[in-house]
Amino acid sequence: MSSTALRQPIEPAPRAQPTPALDIENLDVVYRTRGRDMQVLRGISFSIAPGESYGLVGESGCGKSTAALAALSALPRNGFVRGGSVRVAGQTLASLDATALRRLRAEQISMVYQDAGRALNPSLTIFRQMAEVFELLAQPADRAADLRALCTTMLNRVQISSPDRVLDAYPHQLSGGMLQRVIIAMALAKEPSLLVLDEPTTALDATVEAEVLDLVATLRREFSTAILFISHNIGVIERMCDRVGVLYAGSLVETGPTAQLLRRPMHPYTMRLLRCLPTPGRSKATARLDTIKGFLPPPGAIIPGCVFADRCDLADTICHTTPPPEHTIATHASRCHHWQRATEQPLTATETPIPTANHSHDIVLRGTNISKTFQIGTRSLHAVTDVSFSLREGETLGIVGESGSGKTTLARLLLGLLNPDPGSIIELAGQPAAGHAAARSQDQQKALQIVFQNPDSALNRSHTVRHLIGRALARLAGLSGATRTARLTELIHAVRLTDRHLGMRPRQLSGGLKQRVAIARAFAGNPKIVICDEPTSALDVSVQAAILNLLADLQARENTSYVFISHDLGVVRYLSDRIAVLYLGRIMEIGPAEAVFEGPHHPYTEALLSSIPTPFNESNTTQTTRIRLHGDIPSALNPPTGCVFHTRCPRKLGPICETTEPAPETINDHTIACHIPRNQLGKRP
Amino acid sequence: MRARLIPMLAQRLGLALVTLLLLSMVVFAGAQLLPGNVGRAILGPLADPVAVAALNHKLGTDLPVPEQYWIWISHFVTGNMGISYTYRTPVAPFVIAALLNSLKLAAVAFVIVVPLSIAGGVYAAMHARTWIDKTISIAGLSMTVIPEFVSSIILILILGIWLRWLPITATAPRHADVLDQIDHLILPALPLVFILFGYIARMARAGTIDALDADYTRTATLKGLPPGVVIRRHVLRNALLPTITVVATQVGYLVGGLVIVETLFRYQGIGSLILTAARAKDFPMLEGGILTIGIVYVLVTMLADIALVMLNPRLRDGGR
Ligand code: SF4
Ligand code: SF4
Repeated sequence: MSSTALRQPIEPAPRAQPTPALDIENLDVVYRTRGRDMQVLRGISFSIAPGESYGLVGESGCGKSTAALAALSALPRNGFVRGGSVRVAGQTLASLDATALRRLRAEQISMVYQDAGRALNPSLTIFRQMAEVFELLAQPADRAADLRALCTTMLNRVQISSPDRVLDAYPHQLSGGMLQRVIIAMALAKEPSLLVLDEPTTALDATVEAEVLDLVATLRREFSTAILFISHNIGVIERMCDRVGVLYAGSLVETGPTAQLLRRPMHPYTMRLLRCLPTPGRSKATARLDTIKGFLPPPGAIIPGCVFADRCDLADTICHTTPPPEHTIATHASRCHHWQRATEQPLTATETPIPTANHSHDIVLRGTNISKTFQIGTRSLHAVTDVSFSLREGETLGIVGESGSGKTTLARLLLGLLNPDPGSIIELAGQPAAGHAAARSQDQQKALQIVFQNPDSALNRSHTVRHLIGRALARLAGLSGATRTARLTELIHAVRLTDRHLGMRPRQLSGGLKQRVAIARAFAGNPKIVICDEPTSALDVSVQAAILNLLADLQARENTSYVFISHDLGVVRYLSDRIAVLYLGRIMEIGPAEAVFEGPHHPYTEALLSSIPTPFNESNTTQTTRIRLHGDIPSALNPPTGCVFHTRCPRKLGPICETTEPAPETINDHTIACHIPRNQLGKRP
Repeated sequence: MRARLIPMLAQRLGLALVTLLLLSMVVFAGAQLLPGNVGRAILGPLADPVAVAALNHKLGTDLPVPEQYWIWISHFVTGNMGISYTYRTPVAPFVIAALLNSLKLAAVAFVIVVPLSIAGGVYAAMHARTWIDKTISIAGLSMTVIPEFVSSIILILILGIWLRWLPITATAPRHADVLDQIDHLILPALPLVFILFGYIARMARAGTIDALDADYTRTATLKGLPPGVVIRRHVLRNALLPTITVVATQVGYLVGGLVIVETLFRYQGIGSLILTAARAKDFPMLEGGILTIGIVYVLVTMLADIALVMLNPRLRDGGR
């Protein structure tokens, strides 16, 4: 299969309108909490033709998953349909009795959700769980051998090469990507007319995500199954769906063919959402990311007019009083009074680039041949091998790689949470730093702070924001009394929190606000370097945009340097001046962000770059051919000989790659470790 | 997988042996050393010192402590628990008979309580937060907090004396058949059931609620499996794992509970044996009884551990 085929629209559904695979009409869903109905879906309508793929996008809390669960009549115990109807393959769900609903689930609908590890029963083998699907079909295969053969065929179809091993395994023995394949195989085994995918790749690495998405696209054509695809990732939706619906606060605000909707949005919310993305080409030096001001209305809020009115720049009186009707141009519909002006709205952020930090060229952090070996029994695990880099004042070093690449171990080594192997050198501002944080000087400890992916783990839940930041100020900056209060206020404002938030505790704050508190805390002692470990990967795009802007602003103001770790290349690109690409604990490529993105690339970087799903925008219409990496990252217990990437490298030269480790070669400050000569390496088209 | 199971079993077994060794030392120290002069303790403060010394010599309590311990423990492992001070005959037959009696009583209690409390807990979980759930939970909790002697007396009054449904003595007449024996044991078992029901039902309820809300249960439901199969195959299997451990740890409680119940019902179990031995300062009997209970306790806990590991593939692989 050619990978470009994926971008072409799949043949439109046959004209002779057959019964839709899913038809949702005017659906109202409420959750009952403490005797009160909270409306989560407000009269949404859409239908999916057989074989069509429909995407629902929106940020968390907008009702996407509720819509998916309603489509399967599987709402949580406190969820109720209060109006409208759901029809699957012509059958109205509400009118089915328990047996008929079971038949429908056994034969017509399947669902795949985000965390494959939790979707499978931990105490049954894969075979047992998969066999159940076949046992429920109209003509059950009774004999165990038949069942096994059926399961094996299905696993082969999802490109699992050792089905026997997988069938006998328990879920915890398989990798995330493998589990998601198993789930997809289970979901497709019944050849359903509707497959609901709820964030199926959100928990996966970029290259694995690309592989799973390919698989779904291929299988969809083979099985001609209709797909309801739910994601917060616009890039993924763009790649996978024929049509898309944008959900906001339980309302479907815009629907239309994917390409058209993303290129020419007819609703201000869609427009805003697109502008939040750190798409390639955007960087902190050129423009601030756009954000969406304000917050999602709370569930159950009574909204007399447009659901987006509180956050919309175009809102006027009518928007606040009258729900906007649907405006339709051909197949593209928008619920906005001023839909013609959707793309005209001013940017919330000024176009003026963020003032760049004045790089003094002082090196604040230098690592030379940093290695870390863990002893596991008698074997050694080389988590990080010979990593060298330098970080200048006010600069960001982005570190990318899949899980298992050693990113987090490296962060922990730099912080002194782990002792590096002998021979590794870490220098802070030119002074050698001890391997263990406790052995570093106070100044060195203060100079280096971290912001984690999950602020919950870093923030004590029982303390107020004031206490959390105040204590950091006392401990790291040695402040007390009035100076501390003054600095606290300053810091709070710098991370765009208000005094109102000071008395709150972490659980009262949203993910984005908690991350701001964590950032404020990290900045309390005026650190020279802040290590950001996936700080935005748990956040919605609009919140992510705000956090990235904040980090860029703080960097410009305080001249702080960042080590920015992420699996999201767009995010890394936005904030980084230099980028290092890690694979199995080794640096494959390191250089100025521009050069790493434009090429020539290391084959691994090239594959990573081609696996980012990017939504359309005016400037980006190039079609990149996707390079697929097969298999999982090898175990660091037993790394491949020669070039560690050779087991998955699409451009492997031959035996030399298996026997000889390529020496890093530096041209114009851009270092690549590969046997392929520089002028033959891939470049961005 | 199998390959990892064996070292694990060996490890558990080793741990159990160490535990028992330590227990034996503590028991020995408690029973034989604390009273100091055993001969004096037995014969009383007014006895002739010569007679005391003679008795001490005869009992071996004038030997150095490690030697005494060694003699005792090396005999113990061969099944020789020493000679009872009270009856002047070997201890072992008494202990074994009493243990068997206690096990019968415990077995009756468990046979009643385990299915009942698990069913109750699961049923409560399936109707979580309804009046059914609340009734079961509150009933379980109240039964747990009533002390055994109170519930025993109430039960004797209601079931034994007023309604006359059950015999009030625990020991069946000689040559009674099995059913008759069981019949006599139900009433004494009930106070134990009362106490245990609350604990086990609460664990079963919590485990079931977790499993019901788990994604894999939703997967099973969305496969179109009938609710019965979802519950049996997907929910219960995962829900009851933690419950097994609770059941096993309750064996420890049972020992204490048995002492009270056996005394109240005049039942010749190991609990009343220990109590009598302690009152009579019959140290070999006391040590034999306690160490036997220890062995039973360690054995049951180990079996529960193994069952847990066998049922949970994640633990079976040695992971966590
Ligand atoms: S209806 Fe008004 S408030 Fe709503 S999106 Fe359109 S312009 Fe904005
Ligand atoms: S050295 Fe060989 S295997 Fe390694 S990246 Fe280059 S071409 Fe691929």
